[in-house]
Amino acid sequence: MSNIEIPLLVAVPILLSTLPLLLGLRFEKIGWPIAVLGALVNAGLVATIGRRVATEGRLVHSLGGYPRQYGIELVADQFSVVVAALIVVVTLVVLGYARTAGPRRNSFYSTFLLLFGGLLGVSMTGDVFNLFVFLEITGLTTYALVASDRSPKSALASLKYLIIGTAGASLYLVGVGFLLVATGTLNMVELSTAIADFAGYRNPLIVAAFAFIVVGLSVKAAVFPLHTWMPDAYAESPDTVTAYISGLVSTVGAYAIARLVYTVFTPAFFEAVPLARRGLVAAGTVSILAGSILAVTQSDVKRMLAYSSVAQFGMIIAAFGLATEQALIGAVIHLVGHGIMKTGLFLAVGVLSSAYGVRVVSKYANLGYRSPVTVAAMGVLLLSLVGIPPSIGFLGKWYIAWGAVEAGAPIVAGVIFLSTLLTLLYAARLLETIYFRPAEGVEGAVAADDASLRSDGGADIADADPSVSVGMILAAVVMAVLAVGLGFSAPTIETFLAPFLEAVL
Amino acid sequence: MIPDVPLFVDVLTTRYAYATFAVLLAVGLYMMIASPNLVKKVIGLNLFQSAIFLFFVAMAYVQGGSIPVIPSEGGAVGEYASPLPQVIVLTAIVVGVSLTAVALALIIRIYSAYGTLDENTIREVADE
Repeated sequence: MSNIEIPLLVAVPILLSTLPLLLGLRFEKIGWPIAVLGALVNAGLVATIGRRVATEGRLVHSLGGYPRQYGIELVADQFSVVVAALIVVVTLVVLGYARTAGPRRNSFYSTFLLLFGGLLGVSMTGDVFNLFVFLEITGLTTYALVASDRSPKSALASLKYLIIGTAGASLYLVGVGFLLVATGTLNMVELSTAIADFAGYRNPLIVAAFAFIVVGLSVKAAVFPLHTWMPDAYAESPDTVTAYISGLVSTVGAYAIARLVYTVFTPAFFEAVPLARRGLVAAGTVSILAGSILAVTQSDVKRMLAYSSVAQFGMIIAAFGLATEQALIGAVIHLVGHGIMKTGLFLAVGVLSSAYGVRVVSKYANLGYRSPVTVAAMGVLLLSLVGIPPSIGFLGKWYIAWGAVEAGAPIVAGVIFLSTLLTLLYAARLLETIYFRPAEGVEGAVAADDASLRSDGGADIADADPSVSVGMILAAVVMAVLAVGLGFSAPTIETFLAPFLEAVL
Repeated sequence: MIPDVPLFVDVLTTRYAYATFAVLLAVGLYMMIASPNLVKKVIGLNLFQSAIFLFFVAMAYVQGGSIPVIPSEGGAVGEYASPLPQVIVLTAIVVGVSLTAVALALIIRIYSAYGTLDENTIREVADE
């Protein structure tokens, strides 16, 4: 079986990543066009793979033609196609934003393309050690990007992320070692049968491997209390980078957990070791609560959104543990929805901070009338994050809560509801500041009286500002439109994912 | 506790590679957490990773086995060590080296900005 599209999907960005540096010797601003080219080629490839997966089912490519017992397989199934599509969409939108917002250096785009390839590699691989390699490619490039504005604070945040992230990836590698000792194979499908047939689910090696793997990957997905790298990394990196990594890097971490739990260990492992399942649900639930509460206490907008991610990933992890059909659909939808919402929000934050230099909630006063379009997009995304229908945020939470009730864990549903209220608390505080609080200083006095007048004038100012381009605002708007538009997509996603759910559950 | 002692000695004499793996892993992790010096944290990280390399190589070892190089005309005789874990370690070493390089590059930038490698001092300076 050839299926050449799948390896190309990973190889194109990695090969293209050499070009910005190479051609950079001759041309100055060559990085951006090359990155756009890579993203467009991959958009085409993902569309082809998606169409074929929808009709033919699971696609497999064996690298180098070796049989899967000792070769490496790349696999595209429904779940990985959804994640790959998210990666490509977010990449295109972020590139639209980065054209004016920068960073413009060619080396930035080399790293960016490597990260893009690494993310797609994680979503496509069918080999547990290959997954580690792609995770480390993703990790290394993320550390470099976090520090790419060359400030000492971002270097500190990046080093903290590097040490915690590498420890997490190494723990994952220990888990892979245990699996190899127990079964002698690294291929995910082979592993799932070998665990069931030779090793047995209650084998201490297998249980220890599960623990190491889930803890290691939870570091990447930033589940409480392994989230400590996230607020610093998000707050200190350049806005473009924050938008990109918030939407994708932790997402593929969570994707890897789901892949390992469902393809390698399979729900039968949960039956045999109920503690593993309960632990996953408990960790997720605690993460939802802790993330939401920490988010409410933040004054820096980027930090607030970072802690909100901890809560959202808690929800996704809890849903993986629930292991019902509804919960799993909800987890996939929320994974995609979180990626879209967070990228959009950080893009909007980026627009506002390059236009007005604001970073903390109180400084956002009255911005709703000065940059109406950006702020409206931000408002829509925040409401989606709270979970107000019709939006993808609502859809994900709804399915997960439904799955929780179905699985006999009403506490999880209750916690999701509580977290929704807490999300409303911090989202509403931001919205109230943006729209209703008078700005500090002279302009504030007239804010309430002639809002419409200021609205028009404000748009002109924002557009005239050289640091904010139409493309930057448009990028945030596209994400807001997607967040609402995908709110109607539940039946489509459900039918598309049905074969995957049938295979794993 | 006395019945446990022979077992413990037995593990140490026959499975000493795995025991070393556990010790190195713990030492590396402790260094990453406890040392305030950023370079020492990176050394701890390297120790942590080396422990995992040791684990992989130890699991591939076969008593009396030869190296897993098989002549192309065939004729491999006897037992040989499993090549797969060794390949994994090679790849993991490459990953580890790149990580160390990035970490040290970041540390150089931190040192030139703050003039110290001590985490506590940096935190005091950075919070001001």
